[in-house]
Amino acid sequence: MNPIKSLIKDLADLHGRHRENLLPVMQGVVQKEKFLSEYSMIEIAREMDIPAAEVFGTATFYSFLETKPAGKYIIRICKTITCAMKGKNQLLFAIQDMLKIKTGETTPDKRFTLLETNCLGWCHKAPAMLINDDVYTEVTPEKVREILTNYMKENI
Amino acid sequence: MDKKVNITINGFPVELKKGKTILEAAEEQGIKIPTLCYHKDLCVAGNCRVCVVEVVGQKRLSAACATPCEDGMEILTNSLKVRNSRKHIIELILAEHNADCTKCYRNGNCELQELSSEYKIMTQDFIELAPLKNYTIDMYSPSIMKDDSKCIKCQRCVRTCAELQGVNALTVAYKGDHMRISTFFEKAMNDVVCTNCGQCVNHCPTGALVERNYIEEVWGAISDPTKHVVVQTAPAVRVGLGEEMGMKPGERVTGKMVAALRRLGFDSVLDTDFTADLTIVEEGTELLTRLKKALVEKDKSIRIPMITSCSPGWIKYIEHLYPDNLDNLSTCKSPQQMFGALAKTYYAKARNIEPEDIVSVSIMPCTAKKYEAHRPEMHDSGYRDVDYVLTTRELAIMVKQAGLDFDKLAPAKFDRLMGDSTGAGVIFGATGGVMEAALRTAYELVTGRDVPFENLNIAPVRGMEGVRKASIKIENPLEEWAFLDGVELKCAVAHGLVNAKKIMDAIKAGEADFHFVEIMACPGGCLGGGGQPIPTNPEIRQKRAEAIYAEDADLPIRKSHENPEVQKLYKDFLKEPLGEISHHLLHTKYTKRERF
Amino acid sequence: MAYSYQLKRVDFIFRNENDWEKVLSNTIKKKPDEIINELISSELKGRGGAGFPTGLKWKLTAESKSKEKYVICNADEGEPGTFKDREILTKVPYKVLTAMAVCGYVTGAKEGFIYLRGEYKFLEEELNKTIDEFQYYCQEINLDFKIKIFMGSGAYICGEETALMESMEGRRGEPRNKPPFPTQAGYRKKPTVINNVETLVHTWTIFKYGAKKFYDLGVQYSRGTKLFSVSGDTPKPGIYELELGMSLQDFVYEFGDGDTKAVQVGGASGFLVPRKKFKDTAIGYEGKLVGISLPTGGSMMLFNSSRSMFNVLDNYLEFFREESCGQCTPCRVGCQQLLLGIKAVKRGEKPASYLDKLLKLTETMQLTAKCGLGQSVANSFSSIVENFREEMIY
Ligand SMILES: Cc1cc2nc3c(=O)[nH]c(=O)nc-3n(C[C@H](O)[C@H](O)[C@H](O)COP(=O)(O)O)c2cc1C
Ligand code: SF4
Ligand code: SF4
Ligand code: SF4
Ligand code: SF4
Ligand code: FES
Ligand code: FES
Repeated sequence: MNPIKSLIKDLADLHGRHRENLLPVMQGVVQKEKFLSEYSMIEIAREMDIPAAEVFGTATFYSFLETKPAGKYIIRICKTITCAMKGKNQLLFAIQDMLKIKTGETTPDKRFTLLETNCLGWCHKAPAMLINDDVYTEVTPEKVREILTNYMKENI
Repeated sequence: MDKKVNITINGFPVELKKGKTILEAAEEQGIKIPTLCYHKDLCVAGNCRVCVVEVVGQKRLSAACATPCEDGMEILTNSLKVRNSRKHIIELILAEHNADCTKCYRNGNCELQELSSEYKIMTQDFIELAPLKNYTIDMYSPSIMKDDSKCIKCQRCVRTCAELQGVNALTVAYKGDHMRISTFFEKAMNDVVCTNCGQCVNHCPTGALVERNYIEEVWGAISDPTKHVVVQTAPAVRVGLGEEMGMKPGERVTGKMVAALRRLGFDSVLDTDFTADLTIVEEGTELLTRLKKALVEKDKSIRIPMITSCSPGWIKYIEHLYPDNLDNLSTCKSPQQMFGALAKTYYAKARNIEPEDIVSVSIMPCTAKKYEAHRPEMHDSGYRDVDYVLTTRELAIMVKQAGLDFDKLAPAKFDRLMGDSTGAGVIFGATGGVMEAALRTAYELVTGRDVPFENLNIAPVRGMEGVRKASIKIENPLEEWAFLDGVELKCAVAHGLVNAKKIMDAIKAGEADFHFVEIMACPGGCLGGGGQPIPTNPEIRQKRAEAIYAEDADLPIRKSHENPEVQKLYKDFLKEPLGEISHHLLHTKYTKRERF
Repeated sequence: MAYSYQLKRVDFIFRNENDWEKVLSNTIKKKPDEIINELISSELKGRGGAGFPTGLKWKLTAESKSKEKYVICNADEGEPGTFKDREILTKVPYKVLTAMAVCGYVTGAKEGFIYLRGEYKFLEEELNKTIDEFQYYCQEINLDFKIKIFMGSGAYICGEETALMESMEGRRGEPRNKPPFPTQAGYRKKPTVINNVETLVHTWTIFKYGAKKFYDLGVQYSRGTKLFSVSGDTPKPGIYELELGMSLQDFVYEFGDGDTKAVQVGGASGFLVPRKKFKDTAIGYEGKLVGISLPTGGSMMLFNSSRSMFNVLDNYLEFFREESCGQCTPCRVGCQQLLLGIKAVKRGEKPASYLDKLLKLTETMQLTAKCGLGQSVANSFSSIVENFREEMIY
C-alpha cells in the first residue's frame, strides 16, 4: 500500500473515523509529511467518509496544517508585537540570508521552510521561534545561525 | 406545551409562541428586517449581520435571524443605532464586492443590490477590496459560473450544497481576510463532485453563482434563416415563468408561454411533456419487464428497485456517490434528451427537414440539463441531440428583451407532432409526479383497470415530505401479468439529494424492499429546480406544486399511454416500447465517477 | 479621585503542593451544592477573558438536564502577550486536573478535555504522563472521570469557547450563535463547562483554602489574585501573581523601565493606556471602583517612548485581519478596512478625518460582530487612535 495511504489508515484506526477525529488525523499526517497534499486530503476524505471539500475547508482554516509543500524543518518566526519590537526582522534577515529563501519559501533541498506566525506565548523571552515543535527563545541572529547549523548537520 | 412569550417590537406589544426568533416575530407583525445570509430553506448562519436589531438593555445588537424571543424583550428594529450599524455593514459588504451592477447577470434581481438601494448607499468611503484580491471566474462548467469577486461570503451556497443536497461540493476555505468559498483544492466546479443541480445558484443572493447562459446563441440560431429552431418546454417552466413576469407564485402561464415563444421566433413550439408521457410508457414497460425477469425468471443480474433517471442532477450524483448502484437506474433518458433524439430523427423525417438544419432548444427549470445536453453520449440522432438548454430565468430574459408584454399575450397552443401531452406528463414537474404517472400507466397495463385512487390522484406520493413511501396491491391482473397477483408494489419517492442519500443508504444496506423509486435532485422536484425563478422557498414551491396538480386535473387525458401522439409515434416510428429504435434513441448508459 | 491599591505579590498558583490527592478526595466528599456555593461566595470570575462568574457557570451546567456533559479546560492561550497558562501547565498541571475532576463531579460530566494550542505541542508528552498518574488515582477513589488532550492547530479564534467546540468537533473554528450557551449546548451540543486554565487553578485554591481566603484578596467586583504576563519594554518580563485592584501607576512603578509611554492591558484585544491615565486606571473587572475592565487573560505589555504607536496598532490589526475566522461581515471586512485605512492616512492618501470614520466603524464592529474577536478590535483601536492621534497621521 502507498505509505501515505497506510499512514492515514493507521491514524484513522488510532483516532477513529468520526468527524471529530479529523483534526487529530490531519495533525498526524502533517507530523509525518509536513503538509497535506491533495492526495493526502483525498485519502483522508475516503478513509473517514468526509466530503473532500470539507477536509480542504477545514485544513485551510488552521495555520499549522500546511497545504503547500513544506520542508523537513518548518521554521516559524513570531511576528506579533513583542517579538516585532525585540528584533524579529533581524532574525528573518539572518535566516533568509543563510538559507537563501524568502519568507514563505522552502529550500531547494526541501530541508527548511521559513514562515511567520502569530504570538507563540513566549513574549517575555522575545523574539521567539518554533522549528517544528521545538521552541527557541531570545533568539539573536548569531544564535539562530548556530541553531540552523546544527539542524543542517542534523545533530539535534 | 404551547408556551407564550410577550415582547414588544418597536413599542407595540406582541404575544407569540415560544421558540420563535426575532426575525420570525417581526415578520408576523409585518415588519421586514433585512437579511442576506438567512434563507428559509437553510439552517441559520448569522454571519452577514445585516439583520441586527436592538434589544433594549443590551449593550450589543442582536442578529434577528439567530436570536430567540424571550419574555419581556423590548425590540427595536429601526432605531438610530440599528440603522447606522446596518448601513455600515452594507457599506462594508459593498467595499468587498465588485459592485459592477450594470454588467452583472443578477442586475435587477439581486438581494444585495436591493438592500443597498433601500438604504441609499450613495458614497463609498471605504477602500475597495475587490481589486486587491486575485479573484477568478470559473467558467468551465457548461451549467454554472462562479465569480468570486461578487461573493459576499454568506455561505448560503455551502449550506445549500450540504444541507439540501448532501453533496458538499462547496466549502468555506481559509480564514480571516483570505476566507473564501471554494471547491476541493480550488478546482473548477466542473472537475469536482458538483451535480450541476444549480441549487446553489438559486440560493445565492448575488451574482457570484449564476447559470452559464446561452441566450445569445439561441438568438443567433433564431435569426439564422437556414435553421429550423424547435423549442421544447419542461412541465415546471409553465408554473414558474409567471413569477419572472411579475405574477404571483403559482400562476399557470402555459398558453402565454407558448405565445411568447412563438413570437420570439421559434419555428416550432413543442412540449417536453410529450416525451414525459413517452418516458412513462418506456419506463413503465421497463419496470414490468424487470420485475418479471427478477421475480419469475429469477434473473440475478436484474437490480430491483428500479430507480428513475429523468433528473440529470440525480444522475451525476449517483455516478459520483453510488457508482455501484448504476444498474438500479432505469436506462431511460430524461424527457429532454428523448425529445432531442426524436427531434432530429422522427420529427425531421415527418416534417421533411434535414436534421443538420434543426437547432433544438429546450427551456428547463434546471441547470443540470445544460450539462446533460453536453454529455458525449447524447448524440444518438447522429447530431448533438439538444443544442441549447435555457433556464426558466433565461427565457424570461429573452421575453423581456423582445419587448413582449407578457400579460397581454393571448394564450396559444403547442404545435402538433410532439406537442401533445397528458396530465401525467405535466406532473413530472413535481416530486412524486413521475411515480404517480408511472403507476397510472403500469397499473392499467397490468390489470386493465384504473389505479384505485379517486380521480386518479395518487395522494400518498404527493406532498413535500422529503422521503415518501407508498404501496399498491395488485389484484386480478391480466393473464400476462398473473405473477404479480397479490404483490404489493412498493414505491418510494425522494427529492433533494440529501433525501436521495437516505434511500440509497437503505438500499445499499439491504434494508429497503422497494420495487420502484423516484428520485429528483431538487427540493420539490423540477418545480424547485436550480433554473427556476429566484427566490424559491418552501411556500413558493408549494404554490407551484398546486399549480401543477391543477394543470393535471384540467387536462382531458391524464394517462401517458393514452396520449394520441405517443400512440402515433409508436405506430409510425418506434413500433413498440423497449423496441430496437427505442433502445437506440431513448435509452442510455451511465458512467462511474470518482467521489473525491 | 483615583482608587489606588498597593501592588501585592501573592503566591498561590505556583505554590508547589503535593497534596492534590487529598484535596480531590476531600472536596468530593462535599455535596455538589456546597462546592458551588463555595465558588459563588468566593466571587471568582473567569480568567480567560469574559470574566463570567465561575460558580454560576458550574451551577448552570449542573442544572442542565442531560446524561452527557463535558468539562473543557481552555488552554488555547493565543492572545498576544499572554503566556501564563503555559507556565501553569508546565509547573502545576495536577491542580488543573484536580479542578477539572471536581467540576466533573459537581456537574455530572464524565469526560474532560484540555484544548491545548498547537504552539504548545512540546507540553503534550509531559502533560499526558501527569494525566495518566492522575487517572490512576481517580480509579483508586472510584471517581469516574476521564481527561484527554485535544491539540489545536494554530488558530487564535479557537480560544473563543464555541469556536473551540467547533474545532473539537472536527470543523472550522467558526464561533456559533449564542444563545444557546455552552452551559446548555456546548461540545457535541451537550451542556459543557469551559474554563480557562488559570480559572481552574483558582478553584483549586478555593477548594483547599476556602472561599474566604480568596475573597479577602482583591477589591470589590474583582476578588482574588490574577496572573499577569508582563512583556515589552520592561527590565523584568515574566509571570507574576498579583492581587487584583492595583493601580496601573503602581504597576508601572514596579515593572516599567522608567520611560513607559503606554501599557497595553489585556493583549491586542484589550486597551492601551497612555501615561497620563496610569493613575486613574485600576486593574480588575468592570465595576464602580475600577476604571477599566480586564478583557483578556492578564497580559501587560509595556511600551517606552521609543515605540511608534502606529506600528503597534498596525501589528495588532494585521493580527486580527489574519486571525478573524472570517465568517461575519463586520469583523472580516472591518479588520481589513481598519488596517488599510490607517496605512492610507499615514501615507496621506486619506485625510486625517478618515480616522473618525474608522472610529465609527469600530463602534459598529463592537455592536454587531458575532463574537468577542470582532467586538473587541474596537478596544485597542480606539484607545490608541484617541490617545496617539498625531502618531497615526505624521
Ligand atoms: C477571540 C477570543 C479568544 C479567546 N481566547 C481565549 C484563550 O486563549 N483562553 C481562554 O481561556 N479563553 C479565551 N477566550 C475566552 C473564552 O471564550 C471563554 O470565555 C473562556 O474560556 C471561559 O473561561 P473562563 O470563564 O474561565 O474565563 C477567548 C475569547 C475570544 C472572544
Ligand atoms: S451581485 Fe448584485 S450588487 Fe453585485 S454587481 Fe451584481 S447586481 Fe450588483
Ligand atoms: S450545483 Fe448543486 S451540487 Fe453543484 S455546487 Fe451547486 S448545489 Fe452543489
Ligand atoms: S457564492 Fe453566493 S451564496 Fe455563496 S457565499 Fe457567495 S454570495 Fe453567498
Ligand atoms: S467577529 Fe470575527 S472571529 Fe468572531 S465570528 Fe465574526 S468574523 Fe469570526
Ligand atoms: S509576541 Fe512573539 S511570542 Fe508573543
Ligand atoms: S440574516 Fe441574520 S445575520 Fe445574516
